[in-house]
Amino acid sequence: MTDPLDDLKRAFERSTPEPDVERRKANLARAQELLDRVQGAEAEQRRTDDRTNTWAGIEQGVRHMLNALTSRPVLAAAGVVAVVGLTALLVTATRNAAPPSSVVVADAGVAPELAVSPAGDPGPDRPALAPADERQAEPGIVQAEPPATSAREVIGARPALREATVSADGEASEVVVTEVSRPPEAPAPPGRAEQSFNATIAALERQRESLRRQLEGLPGQGVGEAPPREGEVRVAANALTVDRFSLLAASPGEPRASRVSNTEAFANEDASPVKVTSEEPVSTFSIDVDTASYSVVRSSLTNGYLPAPESVRIEELVNYFPYAYPGPEGSGAPFRPTVTVSETPWNPDTLLMHIGIQGRRPATEDRPPLNLVFLVDTSGSMDQPNKLPLLVQSFRLMVGQLDPADEVAIVAYAGSAGSVLDPTPAADRGAILTALDRLDAGGSTAGAAGIQLAYRVARDMAAEGEVTRVILATDGDFNVGISDPEQLEGFIARQRDSGVYLSVLGFGRGNLDDATMQALAQNGNGQAATIDTLAEARKVLVDQLVGTLFPIANDVKIQVEFNPATVAEYRLVGYETRALRREDFNNDRVDAGEIGAGHAVTAIYEVTPVGSPAVLHDALRYAGRAAEPPAVAESRAGSRELAFLRLRYKEPGEATSELIELPIARDMGGAGTDQRFAAAVAGFGQLLRDGAYTGDWNWSDAIALAVANTGDDRYGYRREAVTLMRLAESLAVTE
Amino acid sequence: MAEAVQHVVEARWAPVGRCSSVTGVAMGDEDLVQAAAAGDRRAFSELLELHYDRIFRFSFRLTGSREEAEDLTQDICLALPAKLKSFHGKARFTTWLYRVAMNAAHDRRRRAMSRAKAAEGWGDIEMSRHAEATGRAADLDWLRRSMEVLPNDLRDTVALTVDGEMTHAEAAEVLGVSDGTVSWRLSEVRKRLRAMWQEETGR
Repeated sequence: MTDPLDDLKRAFERSTPEPDVERRKANLARAQELLDRVQGAEAEQRRTDDRTNTWAGIEQGVRHMLNALTSRPVLAAAGVVAVVGLTALLVTATRNAAPPSSVVVADAGVAPELAVSPAGDPGPDRPALAPADERQAEPGIVQAEPPATSAREVIGARPALREATVSADGEASEVVVTEVSRPPEAPAPPGRAEQSFNATIAALERQRESLRRQLEGLPGQGVGEAPPREGEVRVAANALTVDRFSLLAASPGEPRASRVSNTEAFANEDASPVKVTSEEPVSTFSIDVDTASYSVVRSSLTNGYLPAPESVRIEELVNYFPYAYPGPEGSGAPFRPTVTVSETPWNPDTLLMHIGIQGRRPATEDRPPLNLVFLVDTSGSMDQPNKLPLLVQSFRLMVGQLDPADEVAIVAYAGSAGSVLDPTPAADRGAILTALDRLDAGGSTAGAAGIQLAYRVARDMAAEGEVTRVILATDGDFNVGISDPEQLEGFIARQRDSGVYLSVLGFGRGNLDDATMQALAQNGNGQAATIDTLAEARKVLVDQLVGTLFPIANDVKIQVEFNPATVAEYRLVGYETRALRREDFNNDRVDAGEIGAGHAVTAIYEVTPVGSPAVLHDALRYAGRAAEPPAVAESRAGSRELAFLRLRYKEPGEATSELIELPIARDMGGAGTDQRFAAAVAGFGQLLRDGAYTGDWNWSDAIALAVANTGDDRYGYRREAVTLMRLAESLAVTE
Repeated sequence: MAEAVQHVVEARWAPVGRCSSVTGVAMGDEDLVQAAAAGDRRAFSELLELHYDRIFRFSFRLTGSREEAEDLTQDICLALPAKLKSFHGKARFTTWLYRVAMNAAHDRRRRAMSRAKAAEGWGDIEMSRHAEATGRAADLDWLRRSMEVLPNDLRDTVALTVDGEMTHAEAAEVLGVSDGTVSWRLSEVRKRLRAMWQEETGR
């Protein structure tokens, strides 16, 4: 028999296509321009680097002071909350006021042009010295050039730095092989240094994305002829400035002492950047009813440390809380959107567009029978008080809420998967509870085999008119015995078509593989929640039993088209991991999130009206033509519409989607208690992530806003959030 | 065709003999990178010209679709300007370049995953159906079925080594694993492919 690799080689030789000539040309040109930008940005940073590391913070402070001053009347009119916010802004602004900051503002606008020349170039045989900020972030350079104090601090504080290098830097892989004696495939433990490195890489990549979009956008806009090359370069330069801002704004205080090091891996993306409406008027994403991130944040804070920024998914914090949005009436759509537009707590010159979606609250008495398969991880790592015992207690709570006609089966998996309880009617509670009590931790995790068995059981239980769901309870450590998590996800994605839903409940912390949990739940038409206390179990499994277990709409997608005549820029707060491509909105084959009965989902945009002093992109300076609103939008400018909301969803079991449309105007109705509380939580989440967009607005502002809007808070969730904010405030000071 | 490819490969792998327009002396990859990192536009352009096709072919082997390969190539090209500084000449430039390319590919996979897309590249049926409509249908279909049975780490290893341009040691460096792991993975690839083909022909 021939060597399969030789066969593959020949097949590749025959079928590998030639690269497209046009794209080759375009790529080379763009890369060339980027090289110029990188060089220019360096020169710029060398100059700004002479100032203290905190210049970005000061600059922001002054910017906000100016903002606060120019719009005082607006704030005063906004009532008590706004007055509190104003006081805070002024106090901090005074504290931060420093002479050079106004110069910095001017610099940022001009720098890209000046920076094109290779100022400070040390010569061809040596790359330009990176400024200190970058050295902290670029481990390769840190090793080579230790003199900067801050860089040395990083090395001293973070022995994991070298490993971190490897994960993102190609050339340093040599170092790994010789210096790191860990199993070859094991991921480097996440550390502060790695985070900051990743943040920089991510910022560079954002920069690249934004450049690409700008460059791609341009040729299409000219009538008949492409704009001159010069113009492209200038727009690119402008975009770069803005992104550098966020990069630098995030850097002060970065290279501090490490956080608790563990093997948790979090699924997250960089914060969605501010988009320019005239360039990218449409924002598309999938709804997300997960709440796992909130539990992770709570657990971190109550254990005395700030959560890792990448563990914070803002939409999951916001969606953790019940809101009393009006639900749908009659027998139309299964949910109803409510949109309000109000002032942004952290920026007086922008508006918060708050989209609340309330799912139908079904009559619980005539709900369809439930088939539940508890798939329980009984591996050795589950043998901790906050894992298996908590899991058993949680399921006991839940069993008490089931109807007699519901059925429960239990599958356990550890070294091998096995059925612990065959499908049993909930009427026979004794048998179910006994089986739960028999669960015992031991062995290693083989999640794949367990999931296969659970789905098999679930398919056998399923019947017409019933809802079948696998509930996977685990500490998320899927690594043992599985060669490829993606295969597992693929398996679950295929099972989705059989109509079986999947919920993933994470227990404990330490090796909670949040990223895998997310991926599994997303691929399995399900939700992920992290359960760290019995109260949380009650919330997820009992209070929301109906919603968690009965989907009323599948593949719910949101698309918002902004009106360039009224909105200059916008930014989606959170939902980074749920972004969809614009064309995916109408593609029913593209999966999205589910809404359960009674669920509320919230999405928040921060929008900058045309003419607001808060506009970040000075697009007019470089590309006046591109910034002009298209003719179509012009004709609708009189409508005062800010945006147009489109929602797509599928009724459970249907393959084609329905469409809901709603124009959004400035005067649609202002924020109520719910919206303001959601804004406080969104602000809190941003502070936990990096605060790149919240300026001077700080923890006490978030606390004040939340306290003022706890509402009736039947279950005490909002009061708990206020406690967490206070914890975060004190932890942020001591860190 | 094969001959032409061979010719290009040789030209690209020649370590010396190219002339940087800036210094007027012959420069190898490593010198070009140094100059490019320092902002020498022509050195950068030359470097990218030289390696573009290599990047594209590697992208194709990683993704299995022309469109995906074009997109990935673009990602890599646009990532290079910012990353050049982290090349210190400890490794061969091509090794470093493959590492950058591999990271970009993983990035794309991760982003695709977070967009709730179940499959990407080799696993994407839609892509493959599209390809079936073209002339290379049979070869591609066979390739697709073969690559699909491989998990990502094995696929990556195949993509790196299958054209014979890289030693196992170099591939190991790119993948951040030991030489032994690369050899093990390749034997695992042989095993899985044989099993799949036997299953197909046995029926």
